[in-house]
Amino acid sequence: MKRELKVEKKMMGKNDGGSGASDRDDRPGEPTQPPKVSRRGVLRLFGMAAAGAAPLILLPPVLQKASDAGRVVESQGEPAKGPGGRIRQWTMIIDLRSCDGCQSQGTPPQCTTACVEGHFAPEPMEWIQIFEHELPGGGTQFIPTPCQQCQNPPCVNVCPVAATFSTPEGTVLIDQDRCIGCRICMAACPYDRRFFNWGDPPVPPEALLADYSPEHQVPAKKGTVMKCDFCPDMVRAGTLPFCIQACPNDAIYYGDLEDDVATNGKEIVAASRFLSENQAYRLKEDKGTKPRVYYIPGHGEAVGRDTADEGRLPTEWPWVERVKGAKTWRR
Amino acid sequence: MEEMSSWRQRLEHTITAPLLNTSRIYYLWIAFLLVVIGWGVYAFYGQLNDGLIVTDMRDRISWGLYISTFVFFIGISHAGTLISAILRITQARWRTPITRLAEFITVVALSCGAIFVIVDMGRVDRLFNIILYGRWQSPIVWDVLAVTTYLTGSIAYLFLPMIPDMAFLRDRLAGRVSAWRLRLYSILAVGWVGNAAQKRNLGSAMTVAMLLILPIAVSVHTVVSWIFGMTLREPWNSTIFGAFFVAGAIFSGIATLIIVMAILRKIYHLEEYIHEKHFIYLGYMMGAFALIMIYANISEFLTTGYKLEEGVEFHFNQLFREEYAGFYWFYMLGGLVLPGLIILLPWTRNFWGILVAAVFVDAGMWVERYFIVVTGLRVPLMPYEPSSYSPSWVEFSIMAAGFALFALLISIFVKIFPIMAHWEVEEDYELSLASAAPAPPPGAAAEPAGGAN
Ligand code: SF4
Ligand code: SF4
Ligand code: SF4
Repeated sequence: MKRELKVEKKMMGKNDGGSGASDRDDRPGEPTQPPKVSRRGVLRLFGMAAAGAAPLILLPPVLQKASDAGRVVESQGEPAKGPGGRIRQWTMIIDLRSCDGCQSQGTPPQCTTACVEGHFAPEPMEWIQIFEHELPGGGTQFIPTPCQQCQNPPCVNVCPVAATFSTPEGTVLIDQDRCIGCRICMAACPYDRRFFNWGDPPVPPEALLADYSPEHQVPAKKGTVMKCDFCPDMVRAGTLPFCIQACPNDAIYYGDLEDDVATNGKEIVAASRFLSENQAYRLKEDKGTKPRVYYIPGHGEAVGRDTADEGRLPTEWPWVERVKGAKTWRR
Repeated sequence: MEEMSSWRQRLEHTITAPLLNTSRIYYLWIAFLLVVIGWGVYAFYGQLNDGLIVTDMRDRISWGLYISTFVFFIGISHAGTLISAILRITQARWRTPITRLAEFITVVALSCGAIFVIVDMGRVDRLFNIILYGRWQSPIVWDVLAVTTYLTGSIAYLFLPMIPDMAFLRDRLAGRVSAWRLRLYSILAVGWVGNAAQKRNLGSAMTVAMLLILPIAVSVHTVVSWIFGMTLREPWNSTIFGAFFVAGAIFSGIATLIIVMAILRKIYHLEEYIHEKHFIYLGYMMGAFALIMIYANISEFLTTGYKLEEGVEFHFNQLFREEYAGFYWFYMLGGLVLPGLIILLPWTRNFWGILVAAVFVDAGMWVERYFIVVTGLRVPLMPYEPSSYSPSWVEFSIMAAGFALFALLISIFVKIFPIMAHWEVEEDYELSLASAAPAPPPGAAAEPAGGAN
C-alpha cells in the first residue's frame, strides 16, 4: 500500500513537471516573472547596488553561474480548485482523543514513519512529530505536530530570498533550489517545525526518480531547510497525505475550509461544525501566527489510552539504512 | 620657531618610519597570522565539502559561534567611524592622533564580520540569490544593505581625511619607496596640492560624510539586533534590543580602539602624540557606556522577570544559575562592573588600568554576543529536552582565522598608510601654539567628563 502510494506521488511530481514550468509564478508576493533574470530582477540589482551593495556585486559572476539559483523550479502545481473555481484552502484537524502515540500498536508513531518513508526525510527529521505534553493533573497527552501552515507565517516573513513562501492554497512551502541556508526561518518558527540538512542528506536510488518539487521535497538537498509540505500534490490527485493514511486510529483529518469539508479517510465531516462542536484550538494562538492546523483536545481516550501510560516508541528511519554511507546527525 | 621645526621633523619621522623600515619580528608576526588564517581556510574548505555538519550547530540551536562572531565584529566596527565622527562633531581636539586608527578598525572589522555571515550560510554557492531574489521584508536583507552601506561609507570616511596625507607621502617618499607604492599614493592623493579651494572642498566633504555616517552606523547595529528581535523567541522578544546592541557596539568598539592603540603606540613609539590622557578620555566614554549597559540589562531583565511569562523562567535559570551562568556573570561582573570600577576609582584610572578594563570589556562583550545567540535559541519551543551546543574545532578554527585576519589587515595597513592623520595632528599643534595654551586643549576635558556622570 505504501509502496504504491509512493509511486503515485512520484508520478504526480512528473506530471506537474510537465505542466507546471510556468505555474511557479503563482506565488503571492512574487508576481509573474519569466524564467530568467527578469527586468525586475535587473532593476532590483541596480537598486541594491545603488543603495550601497557595491562590494557584493563585485564578486565574480562565476559564483552565480555555479549555483543553480537562476534555474526555475518546476512542478509547483496549479492550485486545486473547488466548485465555482474557488481555490481550496487546505486544513488539518487532529483529534487528540484518538491519538495514543501508537502505544496500542506497539510501534513508533505510524504517521511519522509514513511521512518519513514517503518523503525520504533524512534522519533525524520528523516533519510530523509526536510531542508528549504533560497534563495539569499528571500524566500526558500526545500531540502530533506537523508544520502548522501559518497564515501569518513568521518563517515566510523573514526569508531573505522567498525560498519559503505562502501558496494560494494557504500552505507554506520551501524551495530547496533557492534556499541559501541562512536558517533565520528556523529561528523564526515558534513551533520547532523546520529541519536543516546539516550534511549530505542520504538519497536512495528511487528518490532520484522523482522530479524535485517544493511540494514533495524529494530528493533532499544539502544545506537547505525542510519541513512538512502538507502534501498538496497528493491531495490534488485525490489521495490523503501519508501521515493521515497511516494513522491506525484515524486521528487526523484533512480538508478544505473553502468547501467546509474534512476527512480522515473513514468519515467525512463538515469542518466548521466539527471544529466548533469539539472546542478545537490551535497551538500558541497568542503568537498570532494563525495556523491552519487545528486540535481537538484529548489524550487518546477514544482508543482507550490512560493518561498515565507515558512514553512512546522513538521514530525510526529504516530507509536510511538502505543507503550506503548515509550520514545522519543528532537533532 | 626652531622648536616647531624640530617637532615637525619628529612627527614626519614617526609617520614615515613604519612605512620605511620593517623588522624581522614583523615578518614573523605576519607569518604566524597567515598560518592561523590558512588553518581556518582549511577548516572552511572541509565545511564546504561536508556541509555545516562539521559544526556543532543543529536544528534546535541553529546559530552559534559564527553568528556571535559576526555580531561581535560588527560591534567593534563602531570603534571607528562612529567614535571618530562623534569626536569630530563635538570638535574634541584630542581626537586628532586617534581618528585614523579608529576609522581603519571600522573598515577591517566590517569586512571580517561580513565574512562570518557567509561562512554561516548553508549554501555559499547561492550567495547571489540575496540580490536576485532579495525581499525587503527580511531582516537579513536589511543587514546586507546596512552592512554594505556602512562599509562603503566607512571606506569613504577613511579615505577623505587621508587625501592630504597621501599627497604628503607622495612628495616626501619619492625615491625612498618602490614605484608601485608611489603610484598608489599619487592615485589616492587625487591631485591634492593643498590649495584653499581643495581644503574647503575636503572640509565640506568630510562634514557631509560625518553627518551621513552617524545614522548609518546606528542603523547597522540596530538591524543586526533585529535579526534576533524580529523572531518569536522569548529572550529576543525585546523592544530594547536595537538600542541595547548599538550601545554594546560602541562600548566594545571603544575597548577595541584602546587595545589597538596601546599596542601600536608601543610598537611605533607614538607616546609623544598618544598620551595617557587619550586613554583616560576614551576610558571615560567606555565607563559611561558600561553604565548604559548595566542600565539596559536591569531594564530588560526586570521587565520580563517581573512577569515571568512562559519561557522566561527557563531562560533566567540557564542564564543566571545553570548552564550559562558562568558566561553571564563573567560578562556582568567582569565585562561591565569591573571596568566601570576601574574607571571610577582614581588610583586605577591610568594607562594600564584602562587597558586591562578594555580587555575585560572586549572579552565580556564577546561572551555576551555568544550567550545572547545560543541561550535565545535554547529555550524549548515545544515539550522537548533542551539542546546543548559546544562549538566544534572547525568553528573555533574559523573564528581564530577571523581574528587573525583582523590583525593581519591592521598590520598591513600600518605599513602602507600613515598611522595618524599627519595633517590633522599638525594643524592641531599649530592651533595650540597659536592659542598659546598648549597644555589641555579647550574642548577636550569638558566633553568626556560630561559623559562619565
Ligand atoms: S534557510 Fe532558506 S528557507 Fe530559511 S530563511 Fe534562509 S533562505 Fe529562506
Ligand atoms: S509552523 Fe513554523 S514552519 Fe510551519 S508555517 Fe508556521 S512558522 Fe512556518
Ligand atoms: S502532510 Fe505530508 S508532509 Fe506533512 S506530515 Fe503529513 S505526510 Fe508529512
